[in-house]
Amino acid sequence: MKIKSDEVTHVANLARLEFTEAETEKFTSQLNGILLYMDMLNRVDTEGVAPMTHAIAQKNAFREDRAMESLPREETLANAPDARGDFFRVPKVID
Amino acid sequence: MDLNQLTIHELQEKLKAGETTSTDIVQSVFRRIDSVEKDVHAYILLTRDAALAEAARADEEIKKGRIQALTGIPIALKDLLCTRGVTTTCASRILHNYVPPYDATVVEKLRAAGAVFTGKTNMDEFAMGSSTETSWFGITRNPWDLERIPGGSSGGSAAAVAAGECIAAIGSDTGGSIRQPAALCGVVGMKPTYGRVSRYGLVAFASSLDQIGPFTRDVEDCAILMNVIAGYDPKESTSVPAEVPDYRQYVSRGIDGWTVGIPGEYFIEGIDAEVLEAVRKAIKVVEGLGAKCVEISLPHTEYCLAVYYIVAPAEASSNLARYDGVKYGFRSPEGRELLDMYKKSRSAGFGVEVKRRIMLGTYVLSSGYYDAYYKKASQVRALIKRDFDEAFRRCDVILTPTTPTPAFRIGEKTEDPLQMYLSDIFTISTNLAGIPGISVPCGFTRGGLPIGFQFLAGHMEEAKLIQIAGAYEKSANFEKRRPNL
Repeated sequence: MKIKSDEVTHVANLARLEFTEAETEKFTSQLNGILLYMDMLNRVDTEGVAPMTHAIAQKNAFREDRAMESLPREETLANAPDARGDFFRVPKVID
Repeated sequence: MDLNQLTIHELQEKLKAGETTSTDIVQSVFRRIDSVEKDVHAYILLTRDAALAEAARADEEIKKGRIQALTGIPIALKDLLCTRGVTTTCASRILHNYVPPYDATVVEKLRAAGAVFTGKTNMDEFAMGSSTETSWFGITRNPWDLERIPGGSSGGSAAAVAAGECIAAIGSDTGGSIRQPAALCGVVGMKPTYGRVSRYGLVAFASSLDQIGPFTRDVEDCAILMNVIAGYDPKESTSVPAEVPDYRQYVSRGIDGWTVGIPGEYFIEGIDAEVLEAVRKAIKVVEGLGAKCVEISLPHTEYCLAVYYIVAPAEASSNLARYDGVKYGFRSPEGRELLDMYKKSRSAGFGVEVKRRIMLGTYVLSSGYYDAYYKKASQVRALIKRDFDEAFRRCDVILTPTTPTPAFRIGEKTEDPLQMYLSDIFTISTNLAGIPGISVPCGFTRGGLPIGFQFLAGHMEEAKLIQIAGAYEKSANFEKRRPNL
């Protein structure tokens, strides 16, 4: 076993997801299958190989530190499930 | 032949000669949609009224002699490209009501070139899938056989072009999501070099792999669309500031004296016999054009899928953290406090494949596993890239099948994620290496399903792909069929 159901529950919490018991069981079995397949990478000698993080050789893209036009606030808030005044509203965080 | 079945360049000739109008073309496309869309379901949203208004404007422009690259041509957009004022859902419940306040750069460029937008095409949810079966809005069917999948994730775009429900379409390709459905639907699909086309306004899946590209009926149309969408964009920090050639110039240049690499690793056991036969025939055609085909080796090919299914879900789990029910999209009414609201919104908002990948990505990035999975995969990715660098010292382009099989049946692979992932086995390496690829039709199975093969080239060498694909298409000259819908 690569991953057990209590680990799946832990990872779900990290990912801000929640599952029923049946879903957890199914994910545990499927993730195990996929992670076992990944084991083949251990056959590759990667000693001294620098990890590739970008598909192209490019340096950081800086631009001039100059204020540019932003989207109007009303348009930015227009998609919010709950907005009031100039703010996004969310359920309470602390008692 | 109906206007909706023609290519961009054929329609442009007719528009220039005054033989037709954009309004006629757009009406023809919507008549076709009215008759076949109930079977195919290529679209999530149709924008008929806006399209007819845009067509009327295009006709005014044409009357004044102002014809641009795409004036009056109906184009469909995959529903992960932001369109100002028009819902952009990513085929997900979590974005089902999202109305972007801005246009993606690609959309802006197409609009500026005179394109008319027909609507937003169906796709796998968040582009995660190979069959367009994971969309929250229902499946898309392959126009060549309605019992089969169109491929994915850009299945709606591919099906719409094949079915005559638009003239050309835009999709995105993270592991094959343009080339695989193009092959399965019998159209041309190109994944440009990473950084060639701006992704500003593309809903992100895996940021080191995603790239936007065209679906068209022939190679010349592919060149026409690439001329419009390629190029540097200061709004997109991974966009490459490189010159964009006039791709159309390359369509008829020929490939006399070229060397084409055939990687042995892509002609493996398990590949469908009819696919193999069609691709071997295509190799003969390419040789007949004066190219020398040589066997090459890409030794790390067998590891591509494992690398991809670590890197892509890892990046996705991070990109999709933004969907929390606060700023846009779906919010569960059940969450009593903030954390609870996040979890309930995300759990009800994402479909099962998206959740599976978020889980996989979160796991491989989590403390204690990062080195074993993500770092290891990134190292093997470097070796995969090195394989291509070495191969391109020996050949101009590489030729491989696009998919191991023709379109499979609806529901055939939905219960086994690994089997589904294996349908991208020939397309994933391109994204990992960041190079461009083009899938071109090369015939049909005896059962009438399209088969495609692909050419791959070095970074920024899309012109070479247009050149060889154009030469192949002209001389292959296999029967030009249209789906019988």
